[in-house]
Amino acid sequence: MIAIIDYGMGNIHSVQKALESFGQETSVISSPKKLKDGDKIVLPGVGAFDDAILELKKKGFDTFLKQELNSKRTLLGICLGMQLLFERSQEARQEKGLGLFAGEVRRFDPRQVKKIPHIGWNQLKITKPSTRESDCPLLRGLAADPCVYFCHSYYVAPADKKTIEATCEYGFEFAAVVSKDNLYGVQFHPEKSQEEGLAILKNFVELC
Amino acid sequence: MLTKRIIPCLDIKEGRVVKGVKFLGLRDAGDPVEVARIYDQQKADELVFLDITASYENRSTLIGLVEAIAVNIYMPFTVGGGVRNISDIRDLLNAGADKVSINTAAVKLPELISRASLKFGSQCIVVAIDVKKEADGWKVYINGGRTPVDLDAVEWSKQVAGLGAGEILLTSMDYDGTKDGYDLELTKTISTAVGIPVIASGGAGRLEHFYEVFARSGADAALAASVFHYQELSVKQVKDYLKDKGVPVRL
Repeated sequence: MIAIIDYGMGNIHSVQKALESFGQETSVISSPKKLKDGDKIVLPGVGAFDDAILELKKKGFDTFLKQELNSKRTLLGICLGMQLLFERSQEARQEKGLGLFAGEVRRFDPRQVKKIPHIGWNQLKITKPSTRESDCPLLRGLAADPCVYFCHSYYVAPADKKTIEATCEYGFEFAAVVSKDNLYGVQFHPEKSQEEGLAILKNFVELC
Repeated sequence: MLTKRIIPCLDIKEGRVVKGVKFLGLRDAGDPVEVARIYDQQKADELVFLDITASYENRSTLIGLVEAIAVNIYMPFTVGGGVRNISDIRDLLNAGADKVSINTAAVKLPELISRASLKFGSQCIVVAIDVKKEADGWKVYINGGRTPVDLDAVEWSKQVAGLGAGEILLTSMDYDGTKDGYDLELTKTISTAVGIPVIASGGAGRLEHFYEVFARSGADAALAASVFHYQELSVKQVKDYLKDKGVPVRL
C-alpha cells in the first residue's frame, strides 16, 4: 500500500490516480496513526514552505517523518514535498525544514535565469553511476535524458553531492532527484509527466 | 534544456468545447473529456480549460467537469473562467487543476494575485490577459473580451508579474481564431518586459506560426484551439516540425 500524506497542501488526487493507473492500491492519510506496517509514503505538496511545515506539525507528521530514517520506511517527496525534507529554505519566514537531507532550498536567481518560475518540460540528466555507489532504483529503465514536468521557483541545494541522483539544467544545473537510504525526492511532478512520470512512480512502488 | 510547450486550449460553454473567431460565432468542437484524453495521448505539454460563460450558477457543473478531465489526463492542467476569489481557486485546485487562471477578477482586484500566490505559490497562479490594439497602444479587455478597461497591456503585465503571478496567458483578440499567425509584436513586447513565462495565444493556423512565435517573439509556450480541435494539425505534427527547425520540444 502507498500512503499519500494529505496535509491540506494542494492536489493529492493527481498522485493518487497516477499510482492507481497501474493498479497500485493507495490510501490517503491525514494522521500518522493511520499508517500501516509496510506502507510506503508519498509526500506531495504545492504552496508555501511555512504553511506546509505548519500543517505537517498540526497533524503530527513532522516528528513522525523525522523518525522515518530509523524506521526504514520508504518515502517519496514530490516538489514542495521534496523541499520540506531539507534543513531550511530561503522561502521560509520562520519555519525550519524536516532536516532529513543536509542542505537548503534556494530561490532561483533572476541574474542567472531569465524566467522564474521554471515551468515546463525539461530533461533529466541522470548522474553517472561512477560518482555514486549504486544506480538509483527510482530512475531505472528510463529513456536517455527523459523530459519531465517542472513547476517551481525554488530548488534544493544538497550539502552532500552524493545524494544527487539526477540534475536538470536551467541556467545552471540543479538537483532534480535526490536519494539517501530509503528516502527519495523529486523536484518535478511525475504524476504530471505522462509515461516517463508514471514509469518513475512504478519504480518507486516496485523497486525502492 | 527547457522545452517549448504546445498547449491545446478547451474553451468550454455549457459543458461542450466551442471555438469562435475573435471571441464571437462559437461552434461546437466536442466533448471536453474525450478531447482532453486525445490531447494527452498526443503528448500535449499541458492543457488549458477556459469556462467562457463563467456563470456563477454553473459553478458546480464546472467543478464536476474539471474533476472528470483531471482523472483522465497525466499532464499539467490549467483552469480558468469566472474565478473570483481565493475560495474559487481552492475549489479548482481541489478538483484537480494544477494551475488556475485569473482574468477579470485580477483587473478588478489586483490584490487577489498577491494573496493567491502567497497562499498557493506563484507557480499555480496564471494571469490571463486579453488584448486589443487601439490607436494609443495595446488595451486590456475583461469579461471575456466584452469590456475594455483603462489599462495598458504592457504596464499591466509588469504589474501582475510584480504581484506574484507565475505566468501570463496572453491572448491577442485581434488575431484570435483568424489563423493568420500569432501577434508576434505583442508577444515579444510582453515577453521581454516580464521575468515570468508567457504563453502566446490567438492566431495559430499553420505550422510556421508555431515556429515564428518561438523564434521571433520569445514565447515560452504556444496555445492553440481550433487547429487542434478540428484536426487540421496534431500536436505531434507541430512538435515534429519545430524539432526539424531546431526549436527544443519534447517528442
